Amino acid sequence: MQVQINGEWRDFPDDSTVAQLVREVGIPERGVAVALNGEVVRRGQWTETVVARGARIDILTAVQGG
Amino acid sequence: MGATDDSLSFGEHKLDSRLIMGTGGATNLSVLERALVASGTELTTVAMRRADAEGGSGVLELLRRLGIRLLPNTAGCRTAAEAVLTAQLAREALETDLVKLEVHADDRTLLPDPLETLEATERLVADGFTVLVYTNDDPVLALRLEEAGCAAVMPLGAPIGTGLGIRNPHNIELIVSRAGVPVILDAGIGTASDAALAMELGCDAVLLATAVTRAEDPERMASAMRHAVTAGRLARGAGRVPQRFWAQASSPPR
Repeated sequence: MQVQINGEWRDFPDDSTVAQLVREVGIPERGVAVALNGEVVRRGQWTETVVARGARIDILTAVQGG
Repeated sequence: MGATDDSLSFGEHKLDSRLIMGTGGATNLSVLERALVASGTELTTVAMRRADAEGGSGVLELLRRLGIRLLPNTAGCRTAAEAVLTAQLAREALETDLVKLEVHADDRTLLPDPLETLEATERLVADGFTVLVYTNDDPVLALRLEEAGCAAVMPLGAPIGTGLGIRNPHNIELIVSRAGVPVILDAGIGTASDAALAMELGCDAVLLATAVTRAEDPERMASAMRHAVTAGRLARGAGRVPQRFWAQASSPPR
């Protein structure tokens, strides 16, 4: 299934969870947060939250700024 | 390090240093590290951006190693909705309820959008955040933001990154005179005298980045800012002499 991760469409197995997606794209898990279709997914929910086809995932972290 | 407690508090957070630093603009992390240490800051901003497999910029590890608390900002957001989501993601990623709320109206001025800023303040306060809010040097809006429940108001001295100093000192004084929450002068600081003036006007703290990170010698400028903030705070507390039109002899008459 196609999922949009940080603005880029990518292919993942059907019924992937947020945890699997984060691991798959290789982003270090510490200090990041995930939004699914514009809503925060708490870290404790990553393994239970199944991502639907066409979903939009944003994975954010802190960078220099301000 | 005075003998008396002169700490700054908002929400459950307490700071001994009244200089809040930003991390933007530093050419590399080692320059940033030396500047942050020289500044004596205890609270420093970071921005939230999309992560990649490279694993971020390393700024988090640096701030954790230095024991400096994180103040995530919502820079780059144009609407209240964007700012609220960014703040929620920052809280989740960084495990802090602190947020520096900034909603910019456009890229050329980076001035705060007052309507979106007020709406975002209300929503973030309702969601349990400790909101430090970047605002115009508008005394009326500052009161409205306080009524909305912000933990500190952060009026600009001048637009972000301009180094133009405090363009309307009277407005800053008006904000200070009526504020029931800490006032943090944010943006526009160019050099040490600007930071000292902010404190002399009665601000509770100063937030700056560019003036240090883009200075020729960031470490030395960070030290200058630290001293300026301390000096301005002391001068404010000491009570300056009134300004006079005519001279007044300081030596006894002959």
